[in-house]
Amino acid sequence: MKAPEFDYVRPDTLEDVFVLLDDETCDARLLAGGQSLIAALNFRLDAPELLIDINRIDGLSGIVEDGDNIRIGALTRHVEVENSQIVARHLPLLSKAIGNVAHAAIRNRGTFGGSLALADPAAEIPACCLAYDAIITASSSSGNRTIRAADFFHGLYETALEDHEIITAVEFKKRAPNDLVAFDEITRRHGDYAMAGLAFSAAAKGKIEDPHIVFFGISDRPIRAVEAEAILEGARLDQPAIAAAASKATEGIELSSDTSASEAMKAHLARTLLNRALTSILEEKP
Amino acid sequence: MTAARMPISLRINGEQVETTVQARTNLVDFLRNEQQLTGTHVGCEHGVCGACTVRVDGRIVRGCLMLAIQANGTTVETIEGQSDSGKLEELQAAFHRHNALQCGFCTPGMLLTAQELLDSDKPITREVIRDQISGNYCRCTGYQAIVDAVEEVAIARRGASL
Ligand SMILES: Cc1cc2nc3c(=O)[nH]c(=O)nc-3n(C[C@H](O)[C@H](O)[C@H](O)COP(=O)(O)OP(=O)(O)OC[C@H]3O[C@@H](n4cnc5c(N)ncnc54)[C@H](O)[C@@H]3O)c2cc1C
Ligand code: FES
Ligand code: FES
Repeated sequence: MKAPEFDYVRPDTLEDVFVLLDDETCDARLLAGGQSLIAALNFRLDAPELLIDINRIDGLSGIVEDGDNIRIGALTRHVEVENSQIVARHLPLLSKAIGNVAHAAIRNRGTFGGSLALADPAAEIPACCLAYDAIITASSSSGNRTIRAADFFHGLYETALEDHEIITAVEFKKRAPNDLVAFDEITRRHGDYAMAGLAFSAAAKGKIEDPHIVFFGISDRPIRAVEAEAILEGARLDQPAIAAAASKATEGIELSSDTSASEAMKAHLARTLLNRALTSILEEKP
Repeated sequence: MTAARMPISLRINGEQVETTVQARTNLVDFLRNEQQLTGTHVGCEHGVCGACTVRVDGRIVRGCLMLAIQANGTTVETIEGQSDSGKLEELQAAFHRHNALQCGFCTPGMLLTAQELLDSDKPITREVIRDQISGNYCRCTGYQAIVDAVEEVAIARRGASL
């Protein structure tokens, strides 16, 4: 189908965006990569009055190292994350994950901020942000506010973002080189949204410290497996610990089925993913 | 809201085009219906099939997921331009040799998608080729012949077996 009619503006500055977003009489959407929004318009799932194209605003894009932090601009395309040496060195989980986001042509347009704002429960980037305790900056005419990834995802396509706010950047702490990392997902076809996926990160100082086990595609949002994390915290990574953690993989998580799999299947896939991921880390270790 | 046409200025296959377009018109419909460049195809209109693949500023994109007005100030290349320029000659010959097309509906998108990989400095394996074309549906060939054709060009260009 074809998109319904709408007005289109392409502001050059954030200040102009704020003015447009503050106008409560106008039902507007920000247009970033358009890889989800235009598809929704073509399907007529959405019919806004105005599209605010943020693609030509200076300073919204790019990956910058700043001391112990890495800052990823909201308009940074997936392909830039994929090709970034900074990301590969300091945020390996993101580096492993990004090639699984859609297909090459879509990664050329889709943006980091767009993926967070959309908050698809099966998306990779939100899960990695949660696993890495990312801090999201939302900007508006009243200034900037920061939101922890842990407080950002409220439910199916629901976030902490207000209507008059725009995500401008996402901050990460650089990770230590000996961090434990694993990323895996189950899809019918490479590049599809996951039926179930896992983003795992932990510090390792002889024992496992501060494990973050994030599942995506199994609930209404990316979600941490706190029970399994509790088993791993302070443990040595060995087969019994892996088996114990995997058995608790979905404990306390409210599962959601979708067209790809039932709740029982999602739970099974989650256990399998965690088992596989931890086993692969165990086998890689010298 | 208005159906008013907005001015747009862009390069299409090396030619400067100054015209107007409705905001709601996507890039592939603009190219096909208003520029008579019907080599780019339209399948699903929601980003899944890859038939609408074109190049914008040197990178492949979904023509159905970009508004024509967003291409204002860019350089757009379609299968017509890439084919006429001779840049796809090797790949087209390999597709022909391997029977990598039957009805041809997916072929323009497949060629541009494979070209982006072949022109990159990424290591190429059959697995990588499959990942690259994972967003392009072909309902005829079963993909095997397409992967064979792309692999053959990669080997010819880069030497040695992959
Ligand atoms: C066939 C197909 C397969 C896909 N597969 C995957 C996949 O496997 N995994 C995955 O994660 N994604 C997938 N995607 C989605 C893709 O990654 C999108 O690019 C991404 O989710 C949205 O980013 P965007 O920049 O395109 O956002 P847009 O489509 O431009 O916007 C999406 C929403 O976010 C809002 N928004 C955008 N930017 C901002 C901002 N800076 N601040 C506030 N709000 C904003 C928009 O108003 C809109 O509501 C797929 C898409 C397609 C078409
Ligand atoms: S028509 Fe654009 S991807 Fe199918
Ligand atoms: S050749 Fe018919 S769809 Fe590919």
